[in-house]
Amino acid sequence: MADFAQTLMTALAVGSLYALIALGYTMVYGILKFINFAHSDIVVLGAWLSFTMAQRLLPMLGLDPHNPATTPPLWVGEVILLASMAFCSLIGFAIERLAYKPLRKAPRLNVLITAIGVSLLLQNVGQLNFVFGPSPQKMPALLPTWELLRVSLPSANGNRDVVVGLVDVVIIVTSAVLMIALEYLVFRTKTGTAMRAVSFDIDASALMGIPVDRVVSFTFVLGSALAAAAGFLYALKYPGLNQPAHATWVLLGLKAFVAAVIGGIGNVRGAVLGGFVIAFVEQFGAFYLSSNYRDVYVFALLIAILLVRPSGLLGSTVREKV
Amino acid sequence: MTHPLNAATRFVARWPQSIGLLLVCAVFSASTGGCNSSGSDGIVLGHYASMTGSEATFGQSTNNGIQLAIDEINQAGGVNGKKVRVITYDDKGDAREAGTAVTRLVTRDKVVAVLGEVASGLSLVGAPVCQENGVPMVSPSSTNPTVTKVGDKIFRVCFIDPFQGFVCAKFARENERVKASKAGILYDQQAPYAVGLQEEFAKAFKKLGGEIVSTQTYQAGDPDFSAQLTAIRASNPDVIFIPGYYTDVGNIAIQVRKLGIKVPLLGGDGWDSDKLGKIGGEAINGSFYSNHYSHEDPDPRVQSFIKKYKERFGDTPDGLAALGYDAARIVCEAIGKAGSLKGDDIAAQLAKTKDFNGVTGKISIDADRNAVKPAVMLEMKGGQPTYVSTIAP
Repeated sequence: MADFAQTLMTALAVGSLYALIALGYTMVYGILKFINFAHSDIVVLGAWLSFTMAQRLLPMLGLDPHNPATTPPLWVGEVILLASMAFCSLIGFAIERLAYKPLRKAPRLNVLITAIGVSLLLQNVGQLNFVFGPSPQKMPALLPTWELLRVSLPSANGNRDVVVGLVDVVIIVTSAVLMIALEYLVFRTKTGTAMRAVSFDIDASALMGIPVDRVVSFTFVLGSALAAAAGFLYALKYPGLNQPAHATWVLLGLKAFVAAVIGGIGNVRGAVLGGFVIAFVEQFGAFYLSSNYRDVYVFALLIAILLVRPSGLLGSTVREKV
Repeated sequence: MTHPLNAATRFVARWPQSIGLLLVCAVFSASTGGCNSSGSDGIVLGHYASMTGSEATFGQSTNNGIQLAIDEINQAGGVNGKKVRVITYDDKGDAREAGTAVTRLVTRDKVVAVLGEVASGLSLVGAPVCQENGVPMVSPSSTNPTVTKVGDKIFRVCFIDPFQGFVCAKFARENERVKASKAGILYDQQAPYAVGLQEEFAKAFKKLGGEIVSTQTYQAGDPDFSAQLTAIRASNPDVIFIPGYYTDVGNIAIQVRKLGIKVPLLGGDGWDSDKLGKIGGEAINGSFYSNHYSHEDPDPRVQSFIKKYKERFGDTPDGLAALGYDAARIVCEAIGKAGSLKGDDIAAQLAKTKDFNGVTGKISIDADRNAVKPAVMLEMKGGQPTYVSTIAP
C-alpha cells in the first residue's frame, strides 16, 4: 500500500514534466507538421539558465548557494522561473525565425534535418566553457526540504512511510496551472482560434487574413516557455544537473515525444494524457516488474498503441489540432 | 629466402601505403614535429581520459597525477637521458570518443605507451586498439577483470573487482557500524565496472553468510531512482550497495534519504571525487566506500606526494590522482629498463614489475598483468572522505 502510494506520487510528478515537454512537440507538429528536435534542448537551456541565475542571485541575497539548509524566499524561485521562461521564449522565437522560417516552402525532410542541426548546435554551444561548461553541477536549493505529508501505511514487511515533498507538489501544481492556462488560451481566445485555424489549413488561414507567420512564431514562443518551465521544475526535483550534451536530456526529450505520439500528435489534451500514461507505465513497471526494462516499457507501449490506434489515444480523423 | 618476384609484388602492394604515409607525415609534421615523434626529441606517452563530462574529475585528477610524475622524472634527467612528454586527449566519458582518441594516439602520434582509462568500460574500448598495434597500455584505475584479459600488452596498477567486491562485502558484514545481514544492490546496468563489481560483492556477501534481498538497476544519467529505491526499501536491507560513479551516486543518495531510508550506503572507487560531497551534500554523509589510498596515510612518501600535488594543483589528491602518478612512474621505469622504445620490450619489463614503491602501496604485477595490493575503506564525513580501515588481500 505504502509502496503503491509512493510510486503513484512519483509517477504524477514525473508525468507532469513529460506532459509539459510533450506540449511543445505536439503544438509545433500540429501547425508545421514536423518534429522540432531542438525542443528538448530548450528544456536543457531552461534548466541550466535556472541554475546559472540561482547561482548568481543567491549570493546577492546573502545566501550560500551550496548550503541546502538556507533557502531563499519563495519569490526568488518565481522570478527565476519567469526569467527562464522569458529567455527561452526569445530563443525559441529566434530559432524559428532563423532556422525554420526560411524553409517554410521547402520539403519537410529539409526542415527535419535542420531541426537536428539546431539541436546539435544548442547542445554543443551549451557545453562550451563560457556558456554552461562541460561538467555536471548541483542546482542550489530554492525550496525548503519540507515534507508536506509523511504517513505510515501498512504493507508487506511492516509499515512504511509515504513521503510527499514540497518539490513534488510544486511540480504538479505549477504544471497544472500552466496546462490549464494553455487550454484556456487555445480554446477560448482569439489567438487560440487562429492557432487552430492555421493547424487545420495553413493556406486557407492565410487567405482568411490570419497572420500565419505571427501565429507560428507565437506557437514557438509558447512551446519554449513551457519547455523552460519543465527545465526549471526538473532542476528543482533532480538537483544534480547533467552537462548540456549528456544523453539523459536526449532520452528525456525522446520520452516526451513518445508521450505526444501516444496521446495523438497535434492534440494538446492528448499530449498531457500521453505524458501521464508514459510516467505511470515507466514507474509502475520499474517497481512491480523489473527496473532493468524501464525504458523498454515506454517504447513497447508506443509500438502497441501505434498498432491498435495509429493516430494515438486521442487522435482521430476529424481531430482538433493546434 | 624470399623469391625476388615475391619481394617485388610485396613492394608494389605496399607502395600505395607508403605514399599515403608520406602524405600523412607531410601534413602532420608541422604540428607534431615529425611522423615518429618518439624519435630523437624524447619519449612520447599517450593518455586518454574523461577530462569533461559526468566523470570529469576522474580524468582531471589522473592527468594531474601523471603530469606531476612526468615533471619529476624530467627534472631528474628524464628516462635514459631523454625527456618524457604526454599527449592527453579528452574522451568525454564516451565510448566512441575513447576509441577515436586511442586510435589517434597509437597511429598518428605514435606514442610508445598509452595510459588510461579510469572507467573499465572505456579501458575495454582502448585496450584492443593498443593490443592490435603492439603498444603497451597501462590503466591506472580500471578494476574490471576483463580489461587486462584483452591481451599481453594490457596492464593495470590497481586491484581488481573480485578483491574490491570482497573488501566491500567483508566490511558490510564485519564493521560494527554496519553489521549487515541483508543487503540491497542498485547498479548501473550499462557500466561493465558496476555490473562486475555488484556480482563480486553479491558472491562474497553470500559466502560470508549475508543475504541479498533486492537487486535493482539504473542507467548512467537517469534522473529518477524512486521506483528502484521504493522496491529496495520494501525489502528492509541493512545496507545498500551502489557500485556506480560519483555523479549518479550523489543523486541517488539524495533520493534515498528523501524516501526515509536511513541505512548506510556502500560503494567502490567509482565514488572517489570531491564532487561526490558537493552533489550528494548532507545525504551522502555516513556512507562508506573502498578506495586505493587514503590521503590521511602517514607514510612519508604519501605525504610528500600530497604536499607536492597541493603546491601545484591547489587541492588534496584523490585516489585516481595517486594511481595516475604511480602508473606514469611505473611506465617510465619499464621504458628505462627496456632500453628501447619497442612495445614488446616495454611490455616485458612492465610484466616484471615487483614491489614498486608507489604512493598507493607496494605494487607487484601478477601473471594476469594485474596489481596486487591492499584496499582502504573510507567514510564520508562532512562531505570529505575519512579513513576507516585497511583490508589486505
